Amino acid sequence: MLKLDIFLSALANGLLTGAVYALIALGLTLIYGVLHIINFAHGATLTLAMFAVFVMHSAFKIDPYIAIFMLTPLFFGVGYLLQRLVINPASHGDDSNILLVTLGLSIIFENGLLAIFRSDTRSIDVPYGFDVIEVGNLFLSTPKVIAFVAAFAVAAALWLLLARTDTGKAIRAVAKEKTGAALCGMDVEHIYAVTFGLGTACLAIAACLLMPTFLVNPRIGNAFVLVAFTIVVLGGMGSIGGALAGGLIIGVVESLSGLYFGESLGQIGIFLIFLIVLLFRPTGLFGAKA
Amino acid sequence: MKNRTTTTGGLDRRTLLKAAAAGSVASLAMPGILRAQGAAVKIGVLQPVTGALAQDGEHGRIGAEIAINEINKAGGIKALGGAKVEMVFGDARSTPEGGTQEVERMQAEGVCAIVGGFASPICLAATQAASAYNIPFIVDVGVSDQIVKRGLKNTFRFGPGFGSVTSAALDNLAKLNEGAGKPAKTVVIVHEDGLFGSGMAKLLQAELPKRGFEVLETVAHPTPSRDMANVALRIRALNPDLVIPSSYYSEFVLLARTMQQQKIKPKGIYAVLNGAASNYRFVKEFPEAANLVMDCNHWADFRKPKTAEVRAETERAGKSWLYNTPLNYSCMRLVVDAIERAGSTDRQKIIDALNASTFADHIMPYGATKFVDGQNMGAQAVNTQVQNGEIKIIFPSEVANAKPIFPVI
Repeated sequence: MLKLDIFLSALANGLLTGAVYALIALGLTLIYGVLHIINFAHGATLTLAMFAVFVMHSAFKIDPYIAIFMLTPLFFGVGYLLQRLVINPASHGDDSNILLVTLGLSIIFENGLLAIFRSDTRSIDVPYGFDVIEVGNLFLSTPKVIAFVAAFAVAAALWLLLARTDTGKAIRAVAKEKTGAALCGMDVEHIYAVTFGLGTACLAIAACLLMPTFLVNPRIGNAFVLVAFTIVVLGGMGSIGGALAGGLIIGVVESLSGLYFGESLGQIGIFLIFLIVLLFRPTGLFGAKA
Repeated sequence: MKNRTTTTGGLDRRTLLKAAAAGSVASLAMPGILRAQGAAVKIGVLQPVTGALAQDGEHGRIGAEIAINEINKAGGIKALGGAKVEMVFGDARSTPEGGTQEVERMQAEGVCAIVGGFASPICLAATQAASAYNIPFIVDVGVSDQIVKRGLKNTFRFGPGFGSVTSAALDNLAKLNEGAGKPAKTVVIVHEDGLFGSGMAKLLQAELPKRGFEVLETVAHPTPSRDMANVALRIRALNPDLVIPSSYYSEFVLLARTMQQQKIKPKGIYAVLNGAASNYRFVKEFPEAANLVMDCNHWADFRKPKTAEVRAETERAGKSWLYNTPLNYSCMRLVVDAIERAGSTDRQKIIDALNASTFADHIMPYGATKFVDGQNMGAQAVNTQVQNGEIKIIFPSEVANAKPIFPVI
């Protein structure tokens, strides 16, 4: 029905958007893989990071791409301290408590932002916001291409960290067997907090990559977190490769269903996939057998 | 023990009685004193200044403010002994519930009339809430024809309704196309999927074929939308002569910029009641994307000298010039004129005065007001086009200050 280059444009668009989805899902899947908790505050933390980018740009004229280098360590710290000082003490070692604590945090973040920024939708304007890279008949949005490349770089860095460094080994050890790891002298509390910090830092990067082409309001995180949960389930809980592949698949599905069913029904494809995966492959595409 | 029967909270009975008597005398005398001293007349101004419609609400508020300042400077309401107008502002928070709550608060504060509303859903809910107290309500923008078709005696709309705007938009589009030698035959309609956009799309889909246009497709999108890439892609695939968008500000700006990014150039973009195409913020921030976009919308009458004054006042306050400001300015002037003629802040008397109103001292391109079932019959929409950073009126010719540029390529 539609010409090939239209299909290809939508496909490219989906892949580019999917990479950012994957980055958000990476943080979620990492925290799940190690701490075995669902972080319900993930979406609200993303909103918080997006507002941080907004404030840095509008108040201090700091470009979102430069803000990456400031917000990433900052949000790593925020995540580390949240886990160390709030989530861990408040949960008393019970997983269902952690669930409630993160849910509570999300409510606090969301309403705090609502109180400060009201419910207005805001965006920032960068001169390159609508620049394009021409590839044959395709016009690819420059900020989205940058986001795509950066998302893969972050995934690669994360994989390297987990596979090659001592901290990474410790994280994997704690994920597999926390009592054993503690017996070998690893500081489990510290590793938990580092993991939570890494997951939160992913959100800061995602926020910086999103803001040049995107808008923010205090509830925006919800739109992403539903997608991120779907990706984590699709890719397999706790799998980095799964999150990447899942993100790209979801991005393409959303873009194509938006093109064929209309923008209002764009997300229908995502939830269809979600249901199908849950029915036929509950462990996800790359997930280990439970 | 003896004391307890004769004192109340430290006051003896005699003092208490005196105070009560004095109080009741004072309150009996109050209305007379008020009128003699020209105490403030409270008028409610309802606008959404937070939420999705915050930008529009701010522009509406400033219009009402300018009118009130002007009236007060000129000596207030003369029929009430030079009473000053006091604005009771309510933030509708971009939702019908917010609008209703603020009407209740205004009722508690004792307003004699309310001006504003902006979006149709807010107007529908707020006018109904106001009708329970018989508060005269002047709708500034809300175009849904439902607003004046429910038989609410308190509801007046100064601006044109949906039916009148769209029929003007369609007639003018046909004239524009004929005048240019019929270059446009095919149309793609882009609309937001809410009450406003869907209603518009349905109507356009039915009416455009009768005027010689073929509607290739109707593309819906949600509000807020994060990405217009797919909509732009569909337009590129269909390659229509005309794109008719009916969306709110952010989405239309996103669409116009995405179309520019994707190098999609139809022969014209012809908007109807668009949030951005008649907005200087869009024109200033994205001059290239905005250039030559046409709109059929409310716009102030540039022939009236007062218009330039109100515009200068608005820009001094750091706001760009938009239709909300002159509409609210005019509505506030209209209601004060009615109070002046009613000689009273009695709500029913104001309503009667509005019904008999022939107010011509406003700054919209309408004649003197004439309300039939709450609708101002002379209200009309005009066609605007962005030409080199200015928003010009191109239709109807008696109020136009520029010739249409069409087709644009």
